[in-house]
Amino acid sequence: MNDTTTKNPSTADVALKVKELFASTVREGPGPVGDVCLWVEARSLSDVLRHLKDEHLFDVLMDETCVDYPDRPQRFEVIYNLYSLSTGNRIFLKVAADDQEPGLPSATHLYGSADWFEREIFDMFGVRFENHPDPRRILMYEGFEGHPLRKDYPATRRQPIIGPTDGPDHQARHG
Amino acid sequence: MAKRGAGVGVEKIFGEGSFLTTTVDEVLKWGRKNSLYPMPFGTACCAIEFMSAVSSHYDLARFGAEVVRFSPRQADVLIVAGTISCKMAPVLKTIYEQMCEPKWVISMGVCASSGGFYDNYATVQGIDTLIPVDVYITGCPPRPEAVLGAIVELQKKIDREPHAPLF
Repeated sequence: MNDTTTKNPSTADVALKVKELFASTVREGPGPVGDVCLWVEARSLSDVLRHLKDEHLFDVLMDETCVDYPDRPQRFEVIYNLYSLSTGNRIFLKVAADDQEPGLPSATHLYGSADWFEREIFDMFGVRFENHPDPRRILMYEGFEGHPLRKDYPATRRQPIIGPTDGPDHQARHG
Repeated sequence: MAKRGAGVGVEKIFGEGSFLTTTVDEVLKWGRKNSLYPMPFGTACCAIEFMSAVSSHYDLARFGAEVVRFSPRQADVLIVAGTISCKMAPVLKTIYEQMCEPKWVISMGVCASSGGFYDNYATVQGIDTLIPVDVYITGCPPRPEAVLGAIVELQKKIDREPHAPLF
């Protein structure tokens, strides 16, 4: 392998250290093929993120997304995709969540990119984030009801459009 | 007329000093249908195809509709080219209301006409739920010929209008 990988700890080493430090709340689980994935409990999420950012140089939150598993006790799975520009390592974190207040701790104080990711997760799934600076919808309009990427949102459901859209006018000429 | 310049071509047919009788309605309709100023409301790939239709290769200028305006206040035809999301719906409605009368709307492509394959929670299922549409164009995206065809259809429709009100 090239020089970079010999000098820097591999993602597997990072995972070992994190599991050692957060033994009661972190375990390794199945993730994307070829990448390391850690399941983290919500109560230690902020600490794990801060540790990864400060000690292991994961300086980019490339993506934060969510999956709905309606059969699980905590139906949502929030996924953090962390990348390190200096070591080239990538690690995934998974956290179980539900749609109750106060929700997961927001990652916005560590990663600016988390702002819109978390707004999208709230918009599409209804997962809440504690201490988010701007907890509004981002893709759907204000007044939209429900969260359309949930498995139980009917694919055929249509909602009234909010705004100055009260139907065609000038019926006499354009009927 | 011949000494002063180009004229409009009729003097060659009818000869010097001749005249025509018509109605104000007919003259207005003739003027309107041959000088349609389009405003593209482009949100997706149909807008790229519209550029092709309006450029020299297909040349919408042959039908008097080459002066593309990006202000609704200067346009006659709103060409809605692309997918309209529910969040965009109030914007489209406002743009339409900003256009001066007389005004017409062409719905270009299946997304604008019916939502297309975006049969989902986020997309307007046809812009005719928001604003009146005069001509629909099929296709995903439509051929430039189809856009030319829509302009010609619109010209026929303007010609059929019983009166050309003076707005």
